[in-house]
Amino acid sequence: MYTLHLNGHVRSIDVSPDTPLLWVLRDTLNMTGTKFGCGAALCGACTVHLDGVPVRSCSIPISAAAGKRVTTIEAIGESAVGRAVQKAWLALDVPQCGYCQSGQIMSATALLQSKASPSDEDIDAAMSGNICRCGTYNQIRAAIKNAAADLAGGQHR
Amino acid sequence: MNVVAPQSRRQFLKVSALAGGGLLIAIAVPAAGRFAEAAEATDTAAPFAPNAFLRITPDGRVTVVVGYSEMGQGVLTAVPMLVAEELDADWSMVHYEQAPSDPVYKNPIFGFQGTGGSTTVRASWQPMREAGATARAMLVAAAAQRWGAAPADCRTEAGRVLHTDGRSLGYGELANEAARQPVPAQVKLKDPQQFRILGQPHERLDTPVKIDGSGRFGIDVRVPGAYTAVLARPPVPGAKPVHWNADRARAMRGVKTVVEVPGGIAAVADGYWNAKKARDALEVKWDLGGNTAWSDQKIHEQFAANVEQPGVVARKVGDAPAVLGEKHDGRRLEAVYEVPYLAHACMEPMNATASVHADGIDIWGSVQAPGAIQQALSAAFHFKPEQIRVTTTLLGGGFGRRFGMDFIFDAAFVSKAIGAPVHVMYPREDDMRAQFYRPAALLKFSAVLDRQGQPVALRMNTACASIAKSASMPLRGGLDSFAVEGLTACPYRMPNLQIEWNESEPPYGVWFWRSVGHSQNIFFIEGIIDEMANAAGRDPYEYRRELLTQAPRYRNVLELAAEKAGWSTPPAPGRHRGIAVGESFGSYVAEVVEASVADDGSVKVHRVVCAVDCGRVVNPRIVERQMESAIVYGLSAALYGRISIEQGRVRESNFNDYPVLRMRETPTVEVHILPSTENPGGVGEPGLPPLAPALVNAIHAATGKRLRSLPIDPKSLKKA
Repeated sequence: MYTLHLNGHVRSIDVSPDTPLLWVLRDTLNMTGTKFGCGAALCGACTVHLDGVPVRSCSIPISAAAGKRVTTIEAIGESAVGRAVQKAWLALDVPQCGYCQSGQIMSATALLQSKASPSDEDIDAAMSGNICRCGTYNQIRAAIKNAAADLAGGQHR
Repeated sequence: MNVVAPQSRRQFLKVSALAGGGLLIAIAVPAAGRFAEAAEATDTAAPFAPNAFLRITPDGRVTVVVGYSEMGQGVLTAVPMLVAEELDADWSMVHYEQAPSDPVYKNPIFGFQGTGGSTTVRASWQPMREAGATARAMLVAAAAQRWGAAPADCRTEAGRVLHTDGRSLGYGELANEAARQPVPAQVKLKDPQQFRILGQPHERLDTPVKIDGSGRFGIDVRVPGAYTAVLARPPVPGAKPVHWNADRARAMRGVKTVVEVPGGIAAVADGYWNAKKARDALEVKWDLGGNTAWSDQKIHEQFAANVEQPGVVARKVGDAPAVLGEKHDGRRLEAVYEVPYLAHACMEPMNATASVHADGIDIWGSVQAPGAIQQALSAAFHFKPEQIRVTTTLLGGGFGRRFGMDFIFDAAFVSKAIGAPVHVMYPREDDMRAQFYRPAALLKFSAVLDRQGQPVALRMNTACASIAKSASMPLRGGLDSFAVEGLTACPYRMPNLQIEWNESEPPYGVWFWRSVGHSQNIFFIEGIIDEMANAAGRDPYEYRRELLTQAPRYRNVLELAAEKAGWSTPPAPGRHRGIAVGESFGSYVAEVVEASVADDGSVKVHRVVCAVDCGRVVNPRIVERQMESAIVYGLSAALYGRISIEQGRVRESNFNDYPVLRMRETPTVEVHILPSTENPGGVGEPGLPPLAPALVNAIHAATGKRLRSLPIDPKSLKKA
């Protein structure tokens, strides 16, 4: 049995130790907002926060995540930064097919949580692990800046 | 009440009162176009069944039931906008609903329910506006009846009927009475000058579910009692399992069973991870068959031999072969262009959920062609088409790939074998190797220019496999139009032109890939025109412009792109520009690429300026985003895209060896829409074809090196 502190709730899971966190979320806990893209930490679709750090959940076995704090797209709006990111995504109509956007939003939120006013280089570094086949990268960049400005304006607690 | 009234243009219109109150309208138009022929052969349903629905409920809510698949291109917003315009709806009250599988949702261009070929707006433009206008007329009639007024004294605005005397009623209040009004025999559509919703950059209706994880894609479908299956698949086309041992797999945690189906050996378990582990533990001995000798080299050699033979003539103007055989005092050009297979690499790997039972088959998933699935599964599993129910979810990318049915058949066969619902999942590697590729292709051209550098004759002979055959569509006169589209449209003044196609048959499956044949053919022809301009010593933009005097829509976008890119002024130091233009799916697009090439040969694209004439614009923001999307997709292919073959096997497996563009490599993209009163063209695909040629043309401007194959090879650009 493993224990996760998932989105503020304690969850107990009985799976084999090599099961990736992604599949615990999707198949065991039926939380499908976190997406499967590559299974090899190459595309970022499965990004979640582990103790506040963005990680690729397809490549983190449950045994390594046990006992830690996990935040997923389903709860990212509960933080001020996550809420601002979602708001910017909505205002700029960022998503197209939308499949990669959970991961994009998780990576963007982690960036803004660690750096309130990221440069273009910071954005490149934080976001280039997240692939978008619809090519929404320029809108993602604009939305991150939009969210940063919004947060700097003190409209969020 | 249920009324069926024949309409003009062989249309039928069906109106009925909703059980819960309100008005329901559907309209049909006859199937037309090249897909219709294939569909009619198998389609036994009524030929003019309805294809679109509109629902107005007493609460004033307008729901447009969209029969098209949303894969990012914005149909869940664009189709409701068409209805809402003629309905004079209050846009804030308009919602979408994804349609179930039913012949009433036929795409009139295809003749079956399906989304692709950038057809949705073109197919919906007339019928969906008529659906809105019809409902509007009936709402007006209902209001007039209640008021004892003449309909002519009523007008509509933002979800209300207004009388000249100032009275007004909301659509919701009128919905029940409207459903009892006679269906107007004809409706008048608005003069586009009156449009209030169309042409506006409305926000997408599907964004909210795509930012909080709540949107449901095929991979998110959870059917009670369903298992998950992952298949061991033939490593080489045509390989067959000789025997297999599943003892280890069956003993693993969570594994239910292992079954053989036509697609391979399926490990069935309680979830993806256990199914994948069990699949990896299968011991399968394959008879690899006769295809193990295939390689990139062998495919190239076959294509190169093919184009030395005369092909099926796809277009002939004058007599190019004869003119090319004569002596000329102008320049003579001859070269070979080549492109590789490409995978779609949708973010959501292929997957589907199926439940095969006594009464039929239920399918849930990210699919582009529910109508084609109904036909195909009914034939294969001996059910009536209406016994196949397909629930279309959001699609995590489509690009043509999800027109395929391999993953649907896998799911149906596994479900049948185990007697339970099952979700078949492709690991990324299976998705990459599934062989639904943009065809690899080679083209040889020969041309002569006169002494002024004007083209006198151009002959292009291309070789590739047939997508039409892969999709069981008829060839006309032995020609697959997908193989030559983009070439046959050649808009340049060419006194002698001949285009030929040689079908080539390496055993790797080919399929529709964003912009289909245009993806390689506009690369070919726009490279060739650039070569002619170079040979003539002319500016490539001016040269094109002069040859396009009879093709105003091409010329207009070319001029707009050049103007916006600042073609007449030099780019920043170290940067170089290339230009290209093309038409596909009824839209005209020109692009200017600004790129630099480093000493080590690495290419950086800084800026892409795009001009598009897509006819009347439904939603300019969606048009801009689709152009940018296609540019990024096309740039991935131009820089990196290659599926390669080695000893019969596909070498690539995942995003490590099939790289795609990431944020740090993404250029600035500027899109300029040319105002147009033409009927709408498609927008999902036409932004793609000009990108690769504009890029190689920019690289030529930078280095003097003419690249004739993709993806771009930085080694060949390295400074000596």
